[in-house]
Amino acid sequence: MSATRAAAARSAPAWDVARVRRDFPILATLVHGKPLVYLDNGATSQKPHAVIDAVSHYYETGNANVHRGVYALSESATATYEGARTKLARFLNAREDREIIYVRGTTEAINLVASSFGRLKVRSGDEILVSAMEHHSNIVPWQILAEQVGATIKVIPMNQAGELRLDEYEKLLTPRARLVAVAHISNSLGTINPIKDMTARAHARGVPVLVDGAQGAPHLVVDVQDLDCDFYTVSGHKMFGPTGIGVLYGKAAHLEDMPPYQGGGDMIRSVTFAKTTYAPIPAKFEAGTPDIAGVVGLGAAVDYLGSLDRNAAALHEQDLLEYGTKRLATVPGLTIVGTAAQKASVISFVLAGIHAHDVGTIVDQSGVAIRTGHHCTQPVMEFFGVPATARASFAFYNTRDEVDALVEALQGVRRVFG
Amino acid sequence: MADLTELYQQTIVEHNRSPRNFKTLDHPTHQAQGDNPLCGDQITLQLTVDGDVIREVGFQGSGCAISQASASLMTSAVLGKSAGEAERLFRAFHDMVAGGADAPADPAVLGKLAAFSGVKQFPARVKCANLAWHTLHAALQADRNPISTE
Repeated sequence: MSATRAAAARSAPAWDVARVRRDFPILATLVHGKPLVYLDNGATSQKPHAVIDAVSHYYETGNANVHRGVYALSESATATYEGARTKLARFLNAREDREIIYVRGTTEAINLVASSFGRLKVRSGDEILVSAMEHHSNIVPWQILAEQVGATIKVIPMNQAGELRLDEYEKLLTPRARLVAVAHISNSLGTINPIKDMTARAHARGVPVLVDGAQGAPHLVVDVQDLDCDFYTVSGHKMFGPTGIGVLYGKAAHLEDMPPYQGGGDMIRSVTFAKTTYAPIPAKFEAGTPDIAGVVGLGAAVDYLGSLDRNAAALHEQDLLEYGTKRLATVPGLTIVGTAAQKASVISFVLAGIHAHDVGTIVDQSGVAIRTGHHCTQPVMEFFGVPATARASFAFYNTRDEVDALVEALQGVRRVFG
Repeated sequence: MADLTELYQQTIVEHNRSPRNFKTLDHPTHQAQGDNPLCGDQITLQLTVDGDVIREVGFQGSGCAISQASASLMTSAVLGKSAGEAERLFRAFHDMVAGGADAPADPAVLGKLAAFSGVKQFPARVKCANLAWHTLHAALQADRNPISTE
C-alpha cells in the first residue's frame, strides 16, 4: 500500500468523483426522502452500469452452459467465461490463468482451502495461525478443520491500535505451524496488514499463507506474485461486481496437489463406478454449472476498475479516511476503534452510552447507510471491550459531503437520547 | 424525524437510561438467557414464582436502547402477575410490535408497554423489542437452553 500511496501522491489528484458517481445508478436513490449516503461498502459495494449491463446483455444475447455444447452459443459463453479468468489473473497478477478458481466468494474460497488443503496437509497436533482481527469466515472453517483432525488454532495477537504484533507472530511460526490465515485488510478496523513481510517470515519456516482479500481487492492494487502469498481470496460483490461470485487464487503447485472440494460434472476426466479421475486445475475445483452470469459481471467489474486511475482512487479514499477521522472526532462522546498507522478507508466507532444499533437506525432516517453490530468479528469486539460498533466504510465514489452528512446525522443521535 | 420520536419515545429513552429491576435474585425459581446474535443483545432473566404468581423479577443484560428498555418495562409489567397473565401480555405486545393484529394496541391492556407501538415501523428492530418477552416465555417454560431470536 505504501508504494501505491506514494505513487498516488505523486500523480495529480485528478479524481472526478461526480463523473464516477454517475457510473453507479443506485447513488441517485432517495431514502426516507433524502439522498442515499451509502457508507457500507465493507459489506457490499454498489454496481456500475457496466456490470449491470454486462449481466443483462449476457442473459439477453449470450446465455448457454459452458464447457458442454458444440454449438456457437455455448462456445461463445465458454469463451466469455474463460476470458474473464484471464482478466482476473491479470487483475491479481497471477502467473497463470489456471491459478484462478471461481467460487461463490471469500467464504467459499476459505472453506475450499480448509477442506482440501486441510485434508492434504493438516494432522493431529498441527497448528493453524489466524490473526486476532479475522472475520468469522477466516476463523470458523479452520476451527471445523481443527476439530476434525485434532489440530489447534493459534491466534496472532494485536495491539490497542489494531495492528498485528509481528514479534508474537514470529514466535508462533513453530515447526507445528501448517498454515497462516490472515486478512489483507480488517473489515471491522480497517487495518492494512503487512502481508508481504508476514509471507516472507512464514515462508522462511516453510509455512504457506492464505490471505483473505475480501476487503483488500476493492481498495488496493493486488499483486499476488509480489505478496508471494499461497492463496488469495476475493469476493466479487465487494469489488463492484455481482453477489454470489468470487475467486480463489492459489499457486498452481498447491492446487495441483490438493484433492477436489466438491464432486460433480465438469471436474472429471473420466468416471466409472470403479474409479474416477479428475480434471486438471482449474476445472478440478469447479464442479457443476457455475455462476456464468456472475463471472460475466465480475469480468466487467475488473474491466471497469481497469478503466479507472486506481492510484487517484486510492488517494481519494485516503482523503476520505483522513477527513472522516478528523470530522468524526468532533462528535461528542465518539471514540474511533481501530487506529492503525496503515489503514484503508474504514472507520469503526462507538458513541458513549448509545448502542450502535440505535445509532444505525437514527442515521438511516437521514439517508445514511452504515453498518452496525459486530461485523462478523466478535473476537475483535471482545478485544476492544465493546458489544458492537458503528462502521462507515468508504468507496472511491463517496465524497466529503457524505462524511459531513454522517457527522450531522450523528448529532441527531445525541438529540434523540438527550 | 417524526418516525424516530415514535420509536424512541420518552418512556423508552428513560427506561434505557435507568432500567428497573436491573438486578440478580438470591433464590430465583426460574431463569433464562436470551441472545440476539445479529445485534449482540443479551438478557439474563430471573424470576421467583410463588404458586402461579411472579413475586420477584430481575434482569441483567446489555444491548440497544430498545432491547434494554423493553426488558425494564417488561419486568415492571409482569411483577405480581400470574404466569398466564404474563403470557397474555406477551401476545398483546407481540401483536403490537410485529403488526400481527388488525386491531390497534389496546392501552388498557398494555399500559406503559404501548410506548413500543412505534417499533412496528422499524421491522429490523422488532426482535430487539421482543427479546425480553421471548426470554420470559422461556423462563416460565423452565427452558434451560439459551433462546435466540434468530
